[in-house]
Amino acid sequence: MKIDATNLHFKMLNQMIKESGETEIEVTNLLGQRYIGAGMEPGKTLTLHGTPGNALGAYLKDSAIVVRGNAQDAVGDTMDTGKIVIHGNSGDTAGYAMRGGEIYIEGNAGYRVGIHMKAYEEHFPVIVIGGKAGDFLGEYQAGGIIVVLGIGCEGTPVGRYCGTGMHGGQIYIRSEEPPENLPAQVACSACSREELAQIEPYVAEFGTQFGHEAETLLRSKFYRLLPNSNNPYRQLYVHN
Amino acid sequence: MLQKEGQFRNPSGCAISGMIHRKGERMAGDRIVTSISYMHDRSNGLGGGFAGYGIYPEYKDQYALHLFYDDEGAKNETERFLERHFDVYDINRVPTRQHPNITNQPLILRYFANPKKSKMEQSALDEREFVARCVININHNISGAYVFSSGKNMGVFKAVGFPEDVGEFYCLEQYKGYCWTAHGRYPTNTPGWWGGAHPFALLDYSIVHNGEISSYDANRRFIEMFGYKCDLLTDTEVITYMIDYLSRRQGLGFRDIASVLAAPFWSEIERMPKPEREKLTYFRNVFSSMLITGPFSILLGFEGGLMALNDRLKLRSMVAAEKDDVVYIASEECAIRAICPEAENVWSPRGGEPVIVTVEG
Repeated sequence: MKIDATNLHFKMLNQMIKESGETEIEVTNLLGQRYIGAGMEPGKTLTLHGTPGNALGAYLKDSAIVVRGNAQDAVGDTMDTGKIVIHGNSGDTAGYAMRGGEIYIEGNAGYRVGIHMKAYEEHFPVIVIGGKAGDFLGEYQAGGIIVVLGIGCEGTPVGRYCGTGMHGGQIYIRSEEPPENLPAQVACSACSREELAQIEPYVAEFGTQFGHEAETLLRSKFYRLLPNSNNPYRQLYVHN
Repeated sequence: MLQKEGQFRNPSGCAISGMIHRKGERMAGDRIVTSISYMHDRSNGLGGGFAGYGIYPEYKDQYALHLFYDDEGAKNETERFLERHFDVYDINRVPTRQHPNITNQPLILRYFANPKKSKMEQSALDEREFVARCVININHNISGAYVFSSGKNMGVFKAVGFPEDVGEFYCLEQYKGYCWTAHGRYPTNTPGWWGGAHPFALLDYSIVHNGEISSYDANRRFIEMFGYKCDLLTDTEVITYMIDYLSRRQGLGFRDIASVLAAPFWSEIERMPKPEREKLTYFRNVFSSMLITGPFSILLGFEGGLMALNDRLKLRSMVAAEKDDVVYIASEECAIRAICPEAENVWSPRGGEPVIVTVEG
């Protein structure tokens, strides 16, 4: 099924997607329509052309979304399961409070990506960013994995205050140097090749989606951030 | 019964959009109206507005005063005041068209005027200070009269309504400017009324703002010591006055103004090289009451340029992009793509780091 989204309000568009019995849906000419795929029946694949709006794939369950373009803010907000692949950049707060599923971003990601991400039993969320991420990556992260590959970036591909308030989960950063001025509740260490085993399948999937050699990426230097359990809840905001 | 904060939910935020031509070529106003219309759901119909720069070339040496009047009495009193203080070259109604969604409009007039030489000399003030004081005087002392635009060769157009309706109401397709800003309002704490729509302007400075200023009262108390009056019942106007104070009266550059309003954390200042550290320490000490806390993204229009600024914690979205000589900045990328599908170099400016674009030459 194909939908032309030109001048279509998000309510109508999402209704058309939800009511469609087809599993493969392609939407063209998107320009800011929000909540695409939110609350959608499982088992669908959406291919989106243009610029989908905020909260793309919110609460996504067992469906796939492919974006041929840039995404805006809050991609995969509170996502449950499934996969979102963005052939472009994403805005702020991608993976906000996500509790499962995978988000792959070919280019750069905005600020506060993976904020409040969490994991529980079989629920395990993953975000892979091809380029760089903005400030406050993994803010208050409680579970899951964030990988930043920094492809084509100069310097460390994460911004300031990376992992602020982090108390669970892991952040992997492909970089020659560790991020500077990390908050006290984060412990940073260089990874051996063995320690990268956990992210191998995700980097491989990233490589398949966007045409990169996963093995070459994995041979680079990586740093891993983990919560430092000695001091997990130290606050940033009182020291202003 | 009026619902208090916390008793209702506001699921959205305001919208801002701006564009500027680096070579000063003038662009028709309907483009910015189209841009902001794609963020319709960020507003709730309680305010929309625009600022255009370079729109009055035929009166470029006069101050263009745009006024809302609640009634004839306010108009008569204001015109008596203007006659005493200004040489008025032209008076007309700001052109509007009937619009089904724009109602309860006040009387909207504009005056192209310059200060009366004798009055100005008597006051011993420079021209811009004289005009600013007159604007504050009218807004504070004449009940039912509001000067909502007072720069040269620029103008603010605002109303209660959705921004795309406000743009049609004011016939913005008939104006051309080298820089435009736009705002769609979603008031959360204060009433939606005509004077409270954005942009807020004084002289050629205009502000559109998405966010909420936690420091409003601290900022207001400080700025009112310098003769400004916060009369417009909303937080954004205080930003305009602080920028006027820092730029025009203190002579600070816009980059320095950004580091006063969105000052870096002390922990960051400590890590800076000495000259930078000393300057920012000085700013934080001297202008501590002008720090804006709380989430914000703002666009500041000024003569010959545009500045975009996010709060230092980056709590509001803002996207910038370029195409040829035009720079676009908006709350959402769709607002840029709507008027420039081929926009390049899309980026999200960092919290506290201003994007300043000026017209060449």
